[in-house]
Amino acid sequence: METLDHAIPQLHDYLTHSARRLPDKVALVCRGRRLTYAALESRANALAHALVRRGVQRGDRVLVFAENGVEAVISFWGVLKANAVVSMIHPQTKVDRLAWLLNDSRAAGLITEAPLAGVAAEAARRSPHLKTLLVSGALDAAPLGGLPAASFEGAMSHESTFHPPPRANLDIDLAAIIYTSGSTGEPKGVMLTHRNMLTAATYITAYLRNVEDDVILGVLPLSFDYGLYQMIMAFRMGARLVLERSFTYPSQILGLIADEGVTGFPGVPTLFAILGGLKSLEAYDLSRIRYVTNTAAALPVKHIRMLQRLFPQARVYSMYGLTECKRCTYLPPEDLDRKPESVGLAIPGTELWLVDEEGNRLGPNQVGQLVIRGATVMAGYWEKPEETARKLRPGPLPGERVLYTGDLCRLDEEGYLYFVSRMDDIIKSRGEKVAPKEVESVLTNVPGVKEAAVIGVPDDVLGQALKAFVVLEQGSTLTEAELVHACQSHLESFKVPKQLVLVPALPKTSTGKIKKTELA
Amino acid sequence: MIAVAPPPDVRATLRHFILDNFYVANAASLSDEASLLDSGIIDSTGVLELVGFLEHDLGLTVADAELVPENLDTISRLAAFVDRKRRV
Repeated sequence: METLDHAIPQLHDYLTHSARRLPDKVALVCRGRRLTYAALESRANALAHALVRRGVQRGDRVLVFAENGVEAVISFWGVLKANAVVSMIHPQTKVDRLAWLLNDSRAAGLITEAPLAGVAAEAARRSPHLKTLLVSGALDAAPLGGLPAASFEGAMSHESTFHPPPRANLDIDLAAIIYTSGSTGEPKGVMLTHRNMLTAATYITAYLRNVEDDVILGVLPLSFDYGLYQMIMAFRMGARLVLERSFTYPSQILGLIADEGVTGFPGVPTLFAILGGLKSLEAYDLSRIRYVTNTAAALPVKHIRMLQRLFPQARVYSMYGLTECKRCTYLPPEDLDRKPESVGLAIPGTELWLVDEEGNRLGPNQVGQLVIRGATVMAGYWEKPEETARKLRPGPLPGERVLYTGDLCRLDEEGYLYFVSRMDDIIKSRGEKVAPKEVESVLTNVPGVKEAAVIGVPDDVLGQALKAFVVLEQGSTLTEAELVHACQSHLESFKVPKQLVLVPALPKTSTGKIKKTELA
Repeated sequence: MIAVAPPPDVRATLRHFILDNFYVANAASLSDEASLLDSGIIDSTGVLELVGFLEHDLGLTVADAELVPENLDTISRLAAFVDRKRRV
């Protein structure tokens, strides 16, 4: 194992430190598999060597396109150990978008798994920068012909597991790029340095009071920063991560919570709405749960009360943030009864304030844009200088940059924050960001569609559901079902409109822009 | 002459519902034994829709503890589950 004489820490030191301290402890429980810290560390080392051997160099981007699973976990740490930049990609991503991501990041490597190999191969063919494609599971050579493809397990099998490749990065180098939906519909890659991620994990584990004995549930995708940080924080503490693909079968997850003695339960409003809808929750032993966290969208007060009832012994955290700085605020659980609608105070190590349109600081009870200052603030958007300049602007110190979040908020007299609305038209559905423009462009690209508008409508389970209004060309015989199908074939399922209606025309402004405020 | 409708085939009904409501890249190749979760057809809100269909359209009552892949993850398992529930 690597000797730890590095003065400057990097994100993957979390795994290495825990592996040195607790080699035989089970770090990861995932679909029947149990891996110790030592096993994860040595596999991540082997993968790092395999990537370097295949041409991945310092600072190169490597995409991990996989379901939550053991291989995705190994890949995340292995890419970091190769001195490369990791980007976790949602497993439902379709060919066009994956190809776009490969090209935007000019990825040198793509790691995927057998069930997704078809999509990965098709996207990889359009990516001239790719040096290696690793596929875990049963390798079917046919669709991979002509690609620099190899078996994930095979590539690792002859590599050194004891040491990673020599360390080349600084802590100000990039660790990860997390792609997030932009209001233009084109994804933006949020660049996060090792320092950004180390800082965020340190502050968040501090206020959650995480300890080595924690058993943290991971049912949110690793491609979602909130899901990813569950793993990072668990490994930081030497705790245990119980990783599942999703909350699809809630009773199975509840059984797992009981069997594994889960202590930390992170969720999003959709998940808690599903939980609240179950009829026989008392049948499961949830008494070991020490804390429950919510983020992505404000939790309705009725769900807060439900969680307090369900987990009377647990600290319930209402939190808020954005990928660009990971987390902005958390509500100390002690304040939940007093201020259930607030998302709380700035997380440790960061500060926040609100500004009006001219950039003047605002006082209590005035609505303005939230600004965040601290070491968690991203390095910028990957190769998007204009968008970066809009979000990262000069701060109080000469030369520093602070994050203009694009979110409208208000502070009360005690300094507690309340989320009001977004400044763009991004919709939060199932806790994931959806740009209406992306969905609208899929719809308008269907032959026979004249125009389309997509809005968010309140939904008990999804938070916001997508509703699409479509105007057809004259004579077109397209049906609603066909249009939904077209969306399903191009978009991840959380971006597919739940409701779709055909309308004769869309309301317009005098300049011909679609007036979304009149749609409902 | 009185036309006697054949007993509705549960598998066909289920397949029809799945193809209508979820995205199946290649409908013809969806086998009755394919995992709906593994093939990306069903996710957490998808399961709720599926249960809604079983309860409202097929008149079953599904208990929380029955929301497991052993009952729901393939067309065959779904058909067997529906069959068992109807016999109760």
